Amino acid sequence: MKISRSTAMPYIIWMIIFTVIPLILVTYFAFTDGNGTFTMANISEVKDYVAVIFRSIWLAFVATVICLIIAYPLAYVVSRASEKKQKTYLLLVMLPMWMNFLLRTYAWMTLLENTGIINRLLVMIGIGPFAMINTQGAVVLGMVYNYLPFMILPLYSNMTKIENRLIEAAQDLGAPSRKVFSEVVWPLSLPGVMTGITMVFVPAVSTFIISRMLGGGSNMMIGDLIELQFLGNAYNPNLGAAISLGLMIFILLCMSMLNQFNEEDKEGMII
Amino acid sequence: MKRHRLIKNSWVGAVMAFLYAPIVVLIVYSFNSSKSRALWTGFTLDWYKKLFTNEVILSSLMNTLIIALISTVFATIIGTLAAIGINAMRKWTQALILNITYMPIINPEIVTGVSLMLLFVFVRDRMGVPLEMGFVTMILAHITFSIPYVILNVLPKLRQMDKNIYDAALDLGCNPAMAYIKVVIPEAMPGIISGALMAFTFSLDDFIISYFVSGPNFTTLPITIYAMTRKKVSPEINALSTLLFLIVLVALVAYNVVDSRRENNKEY
Repeated sequence: MKISRSTAMPYIIWMIIFTVIPLILVTYFAFTDGNGTFTMANISEVKDYVAVIFRSIWLAFVATVICLIIAYPLAYVVSRASEKKQKTYLLLVMLPMWMNFLLRTYAWMTLLENTGIINRLLVMIGIGPFAMINTQGAVVLGMVYNYLPFMILPLYSNMTKIENRLIEAAQDLGAPSRKVFSEVVWPLSLPGVMTGITMVFVPAVSTFIISRMLGGGSNMMIGDLIELQFLGNAYNPNLGAAISLGLMIFILLCMSMLNQFNEEDKEGMII
Repeated sequence: MKRHRLIKNSWVGAVMAFLYAPIVVLIVYSFNSSKSRALWTGFTLDWYKKLFTNEVILSSLMNTLIIALISTVFATIIGTLAAIGINAMRKWTQALILNITYMPIINPEIVTGVSLMLLFVFVRDRMGVPLEMGFVTMILAHITFSIPYVILNVLPKLRQMDKNIYDAALDLGCNPAMAYIKVVIPEAMPGIISGALMAFTFSLDDFIISYFVSGPNFTTLPITIYAMTRKKVSPEINALSTLLFLIVLVALVAYNVVDSRRENNKEY
């Protein structure tokens, strides 16, 4: 078996160079200044951006909750449909993801603008126009739109494993539908819920495209802040690295908290 | 019971309408004769004609495909070999390596992008290697974020495999390398293919990581689109995405039809 173990060597070297060392570099930049001397200044400067950080977490949280509310009933309906219908539904859910997400978000700009399609329809029937673009609501909408499939798919793949006979047994034993849901369906679907939450929350909290395109300049998020430090006018990779490090640690903490509820094998996480 | 079904169907219908509204807008506007995205001034196929003479769009489409192909080939080879090696490791080394493997998947993409950018800048500025941001850095980055998907698809297939098959191949006179090629790789093939497909599609669609490691002389389609959304999106892009959308639609539908036919045949 010696030979087979060594086949992992190219990957291990690759992983060290392109995953481990870059993360060490992020940490190194976060704790040094432009000349490479140790400093805590970057870390303490992160405090100045508390408002941005809380806004990101709040908006991502709201988007995650809305995704769950929309996706849960849908995933349940799909998982109870006939096999042929399930395939069609799944195809319909995945298809939009094949269109570039920048373009889909751009299309939302067209829809939401002050002279956009929705406002024109509203004016035609005598209400509006409303200011929809460049608001926090638009940012949340963009997140829900882009990440909804990431909530639907893990929920669906989890719910197909819930057998109909369990639900029928609960019904036969006299449980009202509310009880069937709270005692059988919901507990069994929890692993899917947890996976869905992380798959929506992580990209939502760190986005910088959606907030920039739909939120205008005034709804900056953590992602925008990081991007500005590396490629924007505020060029300061040390501060950018400090914020990235904070974001990474925050995400890892959230994940390990969620994993407490989720005892399933890690391999199922992605699929 | 009837009312129940009505609620179900309208929920599914509403979600689908939500998912497809912007896509319908894009497709409709690809036929709009005015350049404006607010006014409808009449039907035209001009943007489709202009698309095939638009150097910027065509070259970034080309770049996107080249990057996706090269990075998928490398990621599939490195990832499959890695999965075979990891599968043969002791429990704790396996856990350690898998945990690091998960990092690029768990980490927000922006952090992966930033960390790779720091690596490339560090190599260029502090180590004096002439590494220009562009083709090479993009390939390296795409291979890096693709390998984990290959490993995570191949590893379960290897675990499900009956170990005796491998031993049987050895007993029948294969040397270990031959046994892997003739027995283990074919057994893991479905995982290898789905891992490669995942790597390919993620590479095609990636914007955030590419954005941090790209240079001005080499752009992929998502980066070109982003640059356009900062100013004005030319309707040729709408036309291109409509075409790409149709290609994917046809491919997926065809795949599903073939798949269900195959299943029907099995029943007999």
